[in-house]
Amino acid sequence: MNTHKLTKVAINDPVWVRYGLIAVSLATIGLFLLLPLVTIFIEAFAKGWQKYATELSDPNALAAIRLTLLVAFICVPLTTVFGVASAWAIARFEFRGKSLLTTLIDLPFSVSPVTAGLIFVLLFGAQGWFGEWLQDHNIKIIFATTGIVLATLFITCPFVARELIPLMQEMGSEEEEAALSLGASGWTMFWRVTLPNIKWGLLYGVVLCNARAMGEFGAVSVVSGHIQGLTNTLPLHVENTYNEYNAVGAFAAASLLTVLAVVTLVLKSFLEWKQQRT
Amino acid sequence: MSIILNNISKKFGNFSALNNINLEIPEGELVALLGPSGCGKTTLLRIIAGLERPDSGQVLLKGEDKTHKDIRERGIGFVFQHYALFRHMTVFENIAFGLRVKPRKQRPNETEIKKKVHALLELVQLDWLHDRYPDQLSGGQRQRIALARALAVEPEVLLLDEPFGALDASVRKDLRQWLRHLHENLNVTSIFVTHDQEEAMEVASRVVVFNHGNLEQQGSPSEIYDNPVNEFVSRFIGDTNVITLEKHHTDWLQLSGLVIVPEAANSVHIRPHDLEITKSSSDSAATATLKDWQHLGALIRIELAKQGANGSPETLYAEMPNEQFKRLQLSKGDKVALRIRHAHWFDAA
Repeated sequence: MNTHKLTKVAINDPVWVRYGLIAVSLATIGLFLLLPLVTIFIEAFAKGWQKYATELSDPNALAAIRLTLLVAFICVPLTTVFGVASAWAIARFEFRGKSLLTTLIDLPFSVSPVTAGLIFVLLFGAQGWFGEWLQDHNIKIIFATTGIVLATLFITCPFVARELIPLMQEMGSEEEEAALSLGASGWTMFWRVTLPNIKWGLLYGVVLCNARAMGEFGAVSVVSGHIQGLTNTLPLHVENTYNEYNAVGAFAAASLLTVLAVVTLVLKSFLEWKQQRT
Repeated sequence: MSIILNNISKKFGNFSALNNINLEIPEGELVALLGPSGCGKTTLLRIIAGLERPDSGQVLLKGEDKTHKDIRERGIGFVFQHYALFRHMTVFENIAFGLRVKPRKQRPNETEIKKKVHALLELVQLDWLHDRYPDQLSGGQRQRIALARALAVEPEVLLLDEPFGALDASVRKDLRQWLRHLHENLNVTSIFVTHDQEEAMEVASRVVVFNHGNLEQQGSPSEIYDNPVNEFVSRFIGDTNVITLEKHHTDWLQLSGLVIVPEAANSVHIRPHDLEITKSSSDSAATATLKDWQHLGALIRIELAKQGANGSPETLYAEMPNEQFKRLQLSKGDKVALRIRHAHWFDAA
């Protein structure tokens, strides 16, 4: 009833207000979102297809792509398991410290990624708390893939959990209890009842988590050490090549990240639509 | 299967949901757990099912202590208040679920599953809905599918949480009758939770009344209606006129045929149909003024005004069949003489 009234009032607004607002939003999106997006591709292809292809098949670029994929390949499954487990715990059980846990899950959202990276340097770096011990046992975390994975895990761990908690709270546990009362084991219940109900929300979280895992710059930058061909992820590679005045190389790598972003956006809208229908 | 509950207690934080409940349910009964919301009846049902653990006490099913057994090992069927149908499965798959998750050795093959599911669908008279999804069904249909699903695993006890709570009044009436007949045919021990006393009286063979986590009374519907053991049960089951002895002017009670006997009692409850009225011209303590009446189908509810002890007016209700009321030829404002046929005495705290 209320929304109905509101739209009616909005429709009655003078024409110039309507077109004015639409123009402002379109101009902002065009200027600050679309234009830079187009620029990336113009710059990437400024010297032709061939130069673009050469830049991307450069060993350092390939190494960066490989590392980025590896990090995502490790982080996304771990984050998914963590997300389902913590969402389950929060939505289904009453326990001491539950609200604290709910708050802490959001911590990576509120901490600056650089700080997150620094935490790991402080813990595992040569001068860090565990630095000496790690050196004695010949384990390298900072300036190595392990550190990058840890930093990315820190940044991405809320994504799946955040999606699932409200979803599972809203769903309630009656269907699950019904499954148990019909003789299903906990495992069967999860696969046959819980998972089908949360799958679109879960995928949504996974897609967002993947995008962040591949695109994270700040935290990874601190722990990686920027060793070309070894500890550079794609976003770091963009920075490196740009600093070396290789505009085409930088924008070519950036174009890959942009494609990832667009794919993510499309998947995200599709999953949102799917989730609303269930 | 018979159910015995020994001294069941349950607390949620500081709130005590059940206090020392002792209850015995013989095999084959259809029992209603009745009480206002928050009285602990649903908690007790969930404890019997194994969805909730009691803080103390025992649950014996068929004489075996199952207090610490999982819901899966109790042989019960549970119908949830909001049905809890699996929303991503068709009606057929919902009912087949319990058969499909059986251990491999006991699991029936596909043809047997098909046969069984269709038999159950016929039992609930909804075979034509087998390929629909839950959100395409009406409330009453969902209810019956939920029941069929629970029956698929051949439970020895059927537990139903507010089975008619979320339904339209007309659907509810039909389903009540239907559930009674179903119980007569299957003869499975069944327990249902309700806050609606009419529903409990109509459907159940035995009614257990709860209030604030205490078991107040149990018995057949007529036992509970005719002989309520305390004030709460008397008020909760059916309508009643409550007269507190200190507060009200009580001469008329004696004049109307009641002898005040119990010494401890300080309150008397009179069911409206136990209050008889006749036309009267004289003005005595046992008369009242006819204020208004309402048609309740076959019965007429009569609103009577009486002068209270301190001069303030008080209202009494009487009920009688339509025909009888017509014969009295009363009109508003008439004086009537009261006669009390039967009353219950309580010592209200």
